[in-house]
Order: sequence, then structure tokens, then C-alpha cells
Amino acid sequence: MKVTLTVNGSHRELDVPPLMRLIDALRGPLGLTGTKEGCAEGECGACTVLLDGDPVCSCLVPVGQCAGRSVTTVEGLGSIDHLAPLQRMFVDHGGAQCGICTPGMLVAAEALLRRTPKPTEAEIREGLAGNLCRCTGYQRIVESVKAAAELRGDRGEGAA
Amino acid sequence: MQPSVGVSVPRVDGAAKVAGTALYVDDLPPLPGELHGVTVRSRVARGRLRGVTFDPAIDWSDVTIVRAEDVTPNVVALIVDDQPVLAADVIRHAYEPVVLLACADRAKLARAAAAVTLEVDPLPPILDPEAALSADAVVEGRSNLQKRYLITKGAADVGDEASLAAIEAALAGCEVVVRGRYTTTHQEQLYLEPQGLIARWDDHGVHVVGSIQCPYYVHKALTKGFDLPADRVHVTQAVTGGGFGGKEEYPSVLALHAALLARKSGRPVRMIYDRKEDLEATTKRHPAICDVATGCDRDGTLRVLAMRVVMDGGAYVTLTPVVLSRGALHAAGAYRWRDARIEALAAATNTPPNGAFRGFGAPQTIWAIERHLDAVARELGRDPLDLRRQNLLTIGDTTATGQKLAFSVAGLECLDKARADSGYDEKRRRGPVATGRVARGIGAATFLHGAGFTGSGERNLKGKAAVDLVAGGRLLIRTGSTDIGQGTETVFRQIVADAAGLPIGAVDYAPVCTTHVPDSGPTVASRTIMIVGSIVESAARKVAARVAAERDRAGGTFAEAGDRLIAAGEVTELVQYVSPDYVKWDDATYKGDAYPVFAWSCFIAEVDVDLDTFETTVVGFWSATDVGRAVNPVLCVGQIEGGALQALGWALTEEIVWKDGLIQNPRLTNYIIPTALDAPHMTTALIEEPFPFGPGGGAKGIGELPMDGGAPAVAAAIEHATGLSLGALPLSPERLLAASRRNAL
Repeated sequence: MKVTLTVNGSHRELDVPPLMRLIDALRGPLGLTGTKEGCAEGECGACTVLLDGDPVCSCLVPVGQCAGRSVTTVEGLGSIDHLAPLQRMFVDHGGAQCGICTPGMLVAAEALLRRTPKPTEAEIREGLAGNLCRCTGYQRIVESVKAAAELRGDRGEGAA
Repeated sequence: MQPSVGVSVPRVDGAAKVAGTALYVDDLPPLPGELHGVTVRSRVARGRLRGVTFDPAIDWSDVTIVRAEDVTPNVVALIVDDQPVLAADVIRHAYEPVVLLACADRAKLARAAAAVTLEVDPLPPILDPEAALSADAVVEGRSNLQKRYLITKGAADVGDEASLAAIEAALAGCEVVVRGRYTTTHQEQLYLEPQGLIARWDDHGVHVVGSIQCPYYVHKALTKGFDLPADRVHVTQAVTGGGFGGKEEYPSVLALHAALLARKSGRPVRMIYDRKEDLEATTKRHPAICDVATGCDRDGTLRVLAMRVVMDGGAYVTLTPVVLSRGALHAAGAYRWRDARIEALAAATNTPPNGAFRGFGAPQTIWAIERHLDAVARELGRDPLDLRRQNLLTIGDTTATGQKLAFSVAGLECLDKARADSGYDEKRRRGPVATGRVARGIGAATFLHGAGFTGSGERNLKGKAAVDLVAGGRLLIRTGSTDIGQGTETVFRQIVADAAGLPIGAVDYAPVCTTHVPDSGPTVASRTIMIVGSIVESAARKVAARVAAERDRAGGTFAEAGDRLIAAGEVTELVQYVSPDYVKWDDATYKGDAYPVFAWSCFIAEVDVDLDTFETTVVGFWSATDVGRAVNPVLCVGQIEGGALQALGWALTEEIVWKDGLIQNPRLTNYIIPTALDAPHMTTALIEEPFPFGPGGGAKGIGELPMDGGAPAVAAAIEHATGLSLGALPLSPERLLAASRRNAL
């Protein structure tokens, strides 16, 4: 089945089974391996992407449901040569260690900061509660998001 | 030149990780003709394998099948050669691999795996490690006692047979004797990237690339498993998504499996575990039962320690003897004892082999000794932290193995710092605070963790690393030490940059492939910075000295002089680790310098316990840790906080639920690790009491240490809040409810 969708701002057309998981479409035919699979049942959040701006677990979403909609992955936040402030802060403040939770964590943090540009620590923890990290103990992630919120200013925009 | 050491330079692999371009094994594009591989496992904890049937409804022509008879020698090379690559006729645990399958079509592969039937005559499994010591053999012809150690000091130092009576006599002579039993359960490492690797064969031999903590372990397993010369085995680490010990020895099994399928099919084979298989089949933390008896003076001076430790090794020995050793060597905690007897045993059971996990045996025995000190404090009517302070090891004291502490001992400073930061005294004085149905309490643990291999381990290992001079005044670090998230690549660059007087941007890190990097020893045992870091520091100094000599001779910049040297021939320094002379260890008596040095720490946890539901929330967490020298403070703090949260998970929610030797909760839905909401705000202080032989001005190993103190600190806080003293992990609502009912009787 043909599925057309917008991925990181680009129009894309796929010919795949509609029940293919979004994560498989991203990592396979779309070539976006930044999105990681940690559990395949929506518990770990490593595969989090934005679907029309809302964070979802791409392991639980059939690609057919994304037709005509907009998907943002970690690759859409900023490129390695032009990191977004949020990505930069994760590097500077120790928010990334092994890096497997990082893409999903960044996408969830992006959704949080769009919604709540100046979150408290409690709001950050709540906003990231769907994303498991086994390396950091979360404190450095909290600090990274706080620093990004400062950089982004009151508009909460994540200029890439 | 600004120094790099001591500065939180951003991790060098950070940009690729936050941009999503870092390539982990399953991100590597498929190789031409690549197959997917899968493992068919027993699902019975113990039995006789009568046969295997393959459903004829499946067309097996494009499915590669490997069975035990395809494997010679059928053994995973490790400490003891007792583990088969594939089970032949005996099943010894419920996730024993029996058949390997590979197919290009993943959907068909899943159907094929479901169409394999194992005919197993079940036998009653041996599941209790204490009972196992007198049960029939788990592995025929081998004792279920996988290993035993005995450490004796003072009055108990009268030979193995007489030591038990001697320590009891010493206890009988004490003013206050306290006895207790403390137990711990399995814990899953739960690195977020499941295990996986890709194997292929060509004219150069066998190649594997994957999520690997110790490439030379895999190299050894493949060399022995396929009877190949060392130069025909090529093991490459892909970017690795966490390990925590879980990717220390297990990838050897996976590599053998994938390489067998690749050899038989003549195709590359990719094997990536899903979360369930990873949780079921791979190694976990050894459960332990610790029986403790101590004697002390009425004034709180500790005198006598007797501890018996029984660990559950699982069906095969794997790394159990080493884990048990570290457990035994940490059993006395961070305290002075006049007399000590520590007996540690590991038993085989019909459960999957337990293995390396951050802390490596020490969290189990430190749980026991820390919980026990709280019991002693209760008996004496003393504040638990005061009792610890009175008995903490300081310079000039000797440990249970007779190691005299000569330098870099900051347990007291850590205790005082965490105590002050947390407001412990005020909160203890105030007593537990009940607000509605929630009771708040605070508790502490003080502990030490030995850095580097045990005893003569480093001397025997002879770890090597190299630094090469490359064109343009750059240096290349070549080491088998892996970055699995902890920051090795960054920290080594910092150490080398300072040793050579170069900016960190002039230092590169060679991709970790056994064909191109020397064996630096495994990335384990809190040894990477302290041991291998000191090797690369030494190598960098030697290269820099050669460049400096050339500059003295003919002038020019570092780069110009370096390029002249390179034009005349390769410039590289391969350095082998030299243990400091003072390290003396006797493996026969288990006496001497168990570790070159210890890191020290104090953890303090504050908890809220819901008195209706008995749910515990950690609401505050303070720590102070003597790290010697923090080469990269942000990365160092990240290690401590990450390890501490793993310990809090072990304390409160992480539990493998077993039934007849099968795991009932092999999913992230029901094996519960902490989220950001479960985790407390952490206040983390670094104390720097330099280790004279450590790199970067005195760094010590701290990778494992933070796993040790979290659980006892939480248990002590729960006890303060509720008066309920628990000796068994996890500190679940069910256990607290049961304890409250016992208290009410």
C-alpha cells in the first residue's frame, strides 16, 4: 500500500504494508536509524517520535496511521553539524551516556519544551517519565533540559 | 596549554549520539546475502533431550540449521569449560540454547522457530543454592560447589578447620553480639540496547561486529571455538548501548552462535535479541544469602566479624569465581575488625548462569554488612552513622585481608560531607515525620570499592595499550578498552592530551577492533581509567618525549618534529601495565593487598513510605565519593548517579520472578526499572584524595562503586520512617506489609 507522509519536513512516499510499525518504516525504507528500539512494547520510549507534534512510541504505531501526517525524529531536531540547542545541552551537561535512550529522550524533551518552555524539575521528570534511561540516573538529563530551556528563551522554540 | 584533565570537556561521541548518526550494531546496513539468526531454547529447567523435530509443514530448504553435533568443540571458553555452545542431550536451565536457525526472511524465521519441537524428559530442577550444595550434580561429574573462599584475620587465622570454632570463641568474648541474615535477588543489567552482533567469514577468517564490552573475550571464545589462529579472528565493537557487565562474557555465546550459522550458511548472519530473550537468557546479578555475626564493645567499637556468603551461580560457572571473590573481599565493609572469618561459597543451580553486573559481588555483601551495622546500632542505641564513623577504616588500618591502607583513604570525609549536605543530623534528631498517611525517614550507608583486578590479577593480566604518533602532530590511542557509554574515549583523550602537552582535539581513538588494537584487558572491574588510563598516559609521555628530543635536536613545532620522526619510521609506544611494587597478594591464603586502592563513599537516602500501600518513594539523595581525581567531573558524576539509581531500582522494584526455573516477568512491562519520576533529585559531591599511581594526577576507579550503597541506604531510611527493618531485597510493599504484621504480633 502507498503511504504518503511528511518526515522531518520532507514529503515522503512509501510502498509498504499498512500495518508495518512506524519504527520499521523509519529505520528501513526511510533510512532513519536514529530512532532506537529498546523493548518493542511501548515501555522504554527509546523509539519516541513526534506525530503531528505529539510524542508517540513508534513501535506501537502502524505506518498506515501516519498517512497525511507529520513525523519528526531525532534527525529532524538538528544535524550533527548543526545541533539544536537541546541536543548541544545533552552533550555538554552529561545527558547522553550510552546514547540509546537519547534520541527518544530528546524528542520527548522537545515536545515538553514546546508545551512548557520553562519547566520546573518536577515538570521535566513528568514530561520524560515515558522514556527509560539506565545510564544517567536522570539528573544530568534534567540539567540538560533545564539548560536548553534557558537557551531557547521564553518562546520555547528549538531552532535547529 | 589549558589542561584537559579536571575539565568537563563534552564527550567526543556526544554529537553523533544526539544527532542519531551513531551506528549501533542494528543500525549497520545489511550485508549482501545477510541472514537473520535466531535461537531455539529449552523452556524446561532440567531434563534429558530425547530429540528435536522439525515440522514438515515448513519448507526448510532456505533455513540454515545448526545443532550440537555441528559444534566441535562444543564449549564456551571461559574460566571453566563446562558450558556447551548448544545443549546436546542434557538440559540444565530453562533458556539453554538447543537449535540455531538462520533465514533471510524474518517472518519465515519466526514461523520456523515455532515449528521446532524439543522432546525433553523433565527432571526435578535444583533451584535453591543452599540445598544445591548437598543435591545431585547440576553438571554431571562436577561438584555443585562452584567455588569457595575463606578469609581469616586475627583470632580466626588458625587454619581452615579450626577457624569456625575460633571465630565463635572470639564472638563469645564480646560484650555485644548481633546476628542476622541478609539476602538479595537477581538483577538484570537492562542496558537499553539489547545484545546483538553480526558474523561473517571470508579469506581472512571470521569477523564479528557487535555490542561488546570486552572484544578480546569474544576473540578468545572464537579462537578456541573454531580452533583458529589468533590472526584469523577479527572482533570489532560497534557503538554499544550500555553494558554494566551484561556484555562482558555473554557476547561470547552470541558470537559463537552467529559465527556457526554464518559458517554453515556461507552468509553473513545478524543476531539481535529482542528484550524478552535478552531478559531471559543473558546473565544477571548473583542472588546471595549472607549470614552475619558480629561482636563489639558496649561503646560501639567493632571487634569480631563472621560472615558466610552463599551465591547462586546458575547452571554454569562462567565468571562466578571472580564475582564471589569480589563479594568476599568486600564483606567486611569499610570497617576495622580485629578478628574476621569470611567464608564464601557459590552453588550451581538449574537457572541461567549468573554473571558480571556492576559491583560484581560487592553489592550483595555490602548490603549485608550495612544492614547489619544498622542492627548493631539499634542494639547499642546508637545513631547508625555515628557508629560507622567510629569504626571507619583510615590510613594505617588493616582490612580483613591484612591490607594496610597507606594512602587515598577518604571514607570519613565522604561521610561528613554527605551528612552535612543532607541535613542528616537534624532530620534524625527530629525523628520520622508522618504527614497524613506518609512517613518520611532518612538513612545512610558508608562503603568502599576496590578498583582494578583483585589481588595479583593486574600483574597476571599484563594489559597493554599503545599511543601512535600520526602526521600533523596528532596522537592515536590504540586500546581494547571500550566506551560503552561511560566515556572512556573522552577521558582517555584527556589523559593523553595532558601527558603529551597537546590539546584534546589532537588526540584520536582507534576503532576498537582486535586486529588493530592490543589487549588492554577487559573493560570491567573499575579498572579502565585507573589501570588502562595509566598505561595510555605512560605511552603518551614516551611518544611526547621522543618528539621533544627531536625538537631539541632540530627545532620546529611538535607537528614538524613529529612529521620528521614519522618520515624516518613508525613512531609508536606499546606499554604494558606494571603493578606498583607495594601490591602483594597471596592467592593461596587470600591475604595481602586485595586491590591497589579503594574508592570510598557515603550515600544518604530520604524516603517517603505510604503507610497504607507500603510504597516507598525516594525523595532525596545525597552522596559524597572519593574518586581520587575526577578527570572529567560531569562524566564522573554521571557514573555515580547512574549507578546509584540502578541500586535504588534493585532496592525497591527490580525483581526477577521465578516459577519452576522459568522467569515470569521477562518484559519491561513487569520488570520495573526506575523512571525519571521514580528517581530522586541527586546531590553528588566529589572528594579528591589522589591515588599516587593513578593517571591524570591520581584517578581511582569508580564505575562499580555506586551500585554498592544505594540499597542499604534506602533500607535504613525505611527503617527510620517506619521502624520496619528489612534484611531481604527488594523492599517491596509486600515485604513491608509482612514485616508490619510480624511487628504487630
